Amino acid sequence: MTNILEDVGERTIEHLDYVGSLNIQLWATLKAMGRALPFVGNRYRWQATVKQMLQIGVDAMPMVSLMAICTGFILAMQGASELRRFGALKYVIDLVAVGFTRELGPLLTAIAVSGRSGSAFAAEIGTMKVTEELDSLRVMALEPIEFVLAPKYLAALISVPCLSIISNVFGILAGALFMFLSTRLAPLLYLRYVFNSIDLRDVITGLIKSVVFATIIAHVGCLEGFRVRGGPDSVGRSTTSAVVKSTFLVIVADAVFTAIFYFTVKL
Amino acid sequence: MPIISVRDLVVEYDGRRVLNGLNLDIEHGETMVLLGGSGSGKSTLLRQIIGLERPKSGSVQVKGIDITRCSQSQLKNVRRSIGVAFQSAALFNALTVEDNVALPLREHTRLAPSIIDLVVWMKLAVVGLEDFGKLHPQELSGGMKKRAAVARALALSPEILVLDEPSAGLDPIVAAELDELILLLKEAFQMTVIVVTHELPSAFRIADRIAMLYQGSFSSIGTKEEIKQSHNPRVRQFLDRVPDNIAKTPAVTAYFEKYMQSEEAYQ
Repeated sequence: MTNILEDVGERTIEHLDYVGSLNIQLWATLKAMGRALPFVGNRYRWQATVKQMLQIGVDAMPMVSLMAICTGFILAMQGASELRRFGALKYVIDLVAVGFTRELGPLLTAIAVSGRSGSAFAAEIGTMKVTEELDSLRVMALEPIEFVLAPKYLAALISVPCLSIISNVFGILAGALFMFLSTRLAPLLYLRYVFNSIDLRDVITGLIKSVVFATIIAHVGCLEGFRVRGGPDSVGRSTTSAVVKSTFLVIVADAVFTAIFYFTVKL
Repeated sequence: MPIISVRDLVVEYDGRRVLNGLNLDIEHGETMVLLGGSGSGKSTLLRQIIGLERPKSGSVQVKGIDITRCSQSQLKNVRRSIGVAFQSAALFNALTVEDNVALPLREHTRLAPSIIDLVVWMKLAVVGLEDFGKLHPQELSGGMKKRAAVARALALSPEILVLDEPSAGLDPIVAAELDELILLLKEAFQMTVIVVTHELPSAFRIADRIAMLYQGSFSSIGTKEEIKQSHNPRVRQFLDRVPDNIAKTPAVTAYFEKYMQSEEAYQ
């Protein structure tokens, strides 16, 4: 019994320590973000940010688009198979449009970015730690948070919402394709129905979520990298851990934010 | 007044004492070699001197500032006067050799890009790498990486140059070239140089004074002649390359006896 209590206590402290470290890292990054901004910050930091935006955003566009098309088509087909029985096939449009803008667009994007970039952040920073590159930054009087993390975080904050919008567009277009193939509904008419079924609140809540997801992915990935101890094998473990933890936290955050929006904004 | 002064320095990792109340003064323009076997605490002492870790107790004063207790901004100022070349070179693989050397200049000075290019060329010329600036670190040999790391350490013309195991893993000719480079730098720039090594020929070639570490304590500190003539048993063992009798300790003997008995019983 004592052992169980000890284990529970130890695990609780470990998790609190992790959440605390994430918060400390987040505040330190927010303080350093000014130096990564264009015009007012350090131009080398902004260049690093642009490079990160290309890696996180532009390079992920084909994957995110394809995932959105497949998911949009699947959602439309699954919805249609039930709604057809009630003669409500038209509501497939609402299902796809609202489902993507509020939920699936940001969530699918976050999962894709977590797998691609979250793991890459952990591997890059973990390798820098193992090869003493982080130490060499410190002895050059450069803060790793500002030099390494701030450009990644700023790039994620810009890229992930943009990718979410792209995901929304492709998901909804997949719905248009399904409706055209199954009911010969003209794409322009489909788009008119889409604009009738969603409003600005749906888009904004989706974008708020994607900003939160970007924060989780960037900070969990980087924290896992900073926590690497030992040799190259621990870098491998940190990348796995970054993907698992950030995906888990993204889904938890999604549930929390959906609940908040449901009970407060009355979506 | 010494440029570096270590007083009663105690370092512990998870309750295990690694440095045991060390006292050391390093004078301006002096080349101090920290000599000792693997695990003797030389790299730990070095990390304390460059402010990468905080001790359990004691102080490390660099240019009159106690870096174990000073503010982050004071520590940054101190670090700008220290150039460090790590054992693994710790060059940034994403940057070219030129960009690695230019990094501290871009971050800490307001020099025009053309002046930075000139300074970078000069620093690379000092270490004989002026024709290799466009290459990435992974395209260099081990000796060239170490020289590039020295060039980066020299970028801001520091008062103190710290070299961690500069000859480790290099063939004798390249190691001797690095020794000559260290002597040249000291003569040309009147730098205080701290070198961590366990290579005896290198230590006796470059040192003004040698501090010999054994199990976290100094077994001897003196000029190279004093060290050569020392009667301290640990110094003699190190200089005369006498192995510890680890194969004859009671625990190892008992293990082998038990193993032999079990082999006999099996037969």
